[in-house]
Parts: sequence; structure tokens; C-alpha cells
Amino acid sequence: MTIYGVALLAVSTLVGLTLGDELGALLGVKANIGGVGFAMLLLIFSTDWLKARGRFTPPSAAGVVFWSNMYIPIVVAMAAQQNVLASVKGGPLAILAGVAGTAISFAMIPALARLGRPK
Amino acid sequence: MIELLRQSLLKNGLLTAFALVGALMGLSYFISTRLTRGRLHGSALAVFGGLVLAYVGGMITGGKNGLADVPMFAGVGLMGGAMLRDFAIVATAFGASFSELKKSGLPVVIGLFSGVLVSFACGAVIAVVFGYHDAVSVTTIAAGAVTYIVGPVTGASLGASSEAMALSIAAGLVKSIVVMIATPLLAKKIGLDNPHTAMVYGATMGTHSGVSAGLAATDPKLVPYGIMAATFYTGLGCLLGPSALFLAVRALLRV
Repeated sequence: MTIYGVALLAVSTLVGLTLGDELGALLGVKANIGGVGFAMLLLIFSTDWLKARGRFTPPSAAGVVFWSNMYIPIVVAMAAQQNVLASVKGGPLAILAGVAGTAISFAMIPALARLGRPK
Repeated sequence: MIELLRQSLLKNGLLTAFALVGALMGLSYFISTRLTRGRLHGSALAVFGGLVLAYVGGMITGGKNGLADVPMFAGVGLMGGAMLRDFAIVATAFGASFSELKKSGLPVVIGLFSGVLVSFACGAVIAVVFGYHDAVSVTTIAAGAVTYIVGPVTGASLGASSEAMALSIAAGLVKSIVVMIATPLLAKKIGLDNPHTAMVYGATMGTHSGVSAGLAATDPKLVPYGIMAATFYTGLGCLLGPSALFLAVRALLRV
């Protein structure tokens, strides 16, 4: 059933985010550290485990795939609620500070990617 | 009739958001294929359209949440809010290859540290150039250049002024918007077409919204790899900002 996939996704996300909050609290940081990453690993492991036992059927998968496909529209909605006005109003300092680091980071990526490219 | 329609759009905010975003996606893909011959990806245009709507929403309401502050489009806030965003991002990992993830350990760690440090250093230098010389303000603004979450978290724990906080958040927002728009345009140049580079990219850029939108517009298949790495960036920034980086700034400003 589709809801099994959706439920598995929900449980993975909830557990992952909780782990992220926990890790943040352990390190004394007011942030979720790696929560979404943990959730992704949980989803990958649990679906693999269930698939190997034939318990993860195509209808269940459809419940996960639907949300994966909704990802871009959700990101568009996320973009539509950013405080774009404030970022422009922040003036030259904010714009320069935001752009400079980003530009150098972009420039570093090819070198970093080459550095550790798996064989 | 029109009043009734307005009422139901207001009452069913999430559905209104689905319809609005659907229309925006349709328009973006139309412009992409017809006017740019696919050179600008439809989803990149849609994200840009979302940002424009956010700007317009901010102009109309004077609020902080872009279009979501317009009562009619409050549902956009739910649709693009943290809950559904994380839910959908996790879903993209379905089908991702775990062995690809495992291979990229070291470059990702280097990317995380160098990404945070480079953004912070640039922000700090620019803050000093613009006349800020106290360590707390410089650190807060510089942390904002890391991400708009690291900035206020750092500023709050250092007791920064609200002026520095506002600049810090603005710098982070600029970064996230630049990453959203620039990623699909630069993807080819930086070789962003495989899981390994996507992970390095996610680790180096780190801004959750920027990376997720940037990769979505480049190649949705790369999203889980980039996000998986980026998810540690903000945490690392929050960890280093008020501690090691603040001490470093304070020591340097004394010289």
C-alpha cells in the first residue's frame, strides 16, 4: 500500500531529525547537525532491507517516489518565502559578503573534486 | 462568485499553493523550451520566479516571509516550509547509491571545513573594510556569510547588536540566492554532473536552500548527494562560529 511507503519515509525523517537535534545538543550547538543526512541513510537502509525480503512492493515505493517528485515544486515554494527584500536592502556589505565567499567556494569545487575522485 | 472563490482560496491555503506553484512551473517550462531553447532549465527559472514572487510579497506586506505573508498565499509557507521540505528531500535519497556516498568521505570533510572557512574569511574581511572593528560584529557578519542560520546563532551567543544581526542574515540570504541562481549556470564549468562532485559541492556551499534549489535545477538525481553533505555544513558553522572563529577574529583584530 502507498501509505506504507509514506509512513516509512515519515518515520525515517522523524528519527533522522531527532538524531540531528540530539547531535547538536551533545555538541552544545543550537542547530540540527546532519539530521536530513541521517534520515536519508535510514530510508536507504530500510528500503533495501525490506526489498531484500520482498516486503517493499511497487505500491509502497510509489508513496516515496511521489514525494521525491514533489521536491522541485516544494523548493520553488521555499524560494517564494525567502526574505529576498531584506537581502537586497542589506546593501553593498551584505551583497559583497554573500557573493565573495560563494564565488571562491565555487572556484574551489573542481580542485576539491579532483583531489579525492574515487577510482 | 469572485468573493466566494477568494474565500475558498483563503480557506484551502495549501491547495492554493499547489495550484500557484503548478502554474509557475508550467510557465517556467514553457519559457525554458520556447524562449531559451532549453538553455535555461525550467526548474531554474521556476526557482528564480519564486524568488521574484518573494520579493514582490515582501514589497506588498513588509513582512519577512516573502509571498507567504500575503494571506491568500499563506499556504506557500506550509508547502515550502521546513517540514515538507525535509520530507521531500529525504525522499530524493530513495534509489541513491550508498556505495557512491561511501567513496567521497575525505574530499567532503575537506570541503566542509574549507567551505566554512573561506566564506567566513571573506565575510570578515569585507566587514572590516566596511568599517566594523569590534570582534563581535565582525564575527557575526562573517558567520552570516557562511549561512543565514550560522549568522544569527553565532550573533546571539556572542550578544551582537541587531544591526550586525540584520547584516549577517542579509549576507546569508544573498549567498543562498546566489547559489540557487548560479549553480545551474556554472554546473558544466565546475564539472557538476556526477554524485562525487555533487557531494563536494554540497559540502563546500553548505547553504541548505541554495544547494537544494541549485541541484534541483541542475539535475534532480544529484540532490541527495549534495544535501547529504550539506547537512553537516550548518552544524559545523554553528560549532566553529561562536568558538574558534570568534577567538581567531578577536586575536587578529588586536594585532
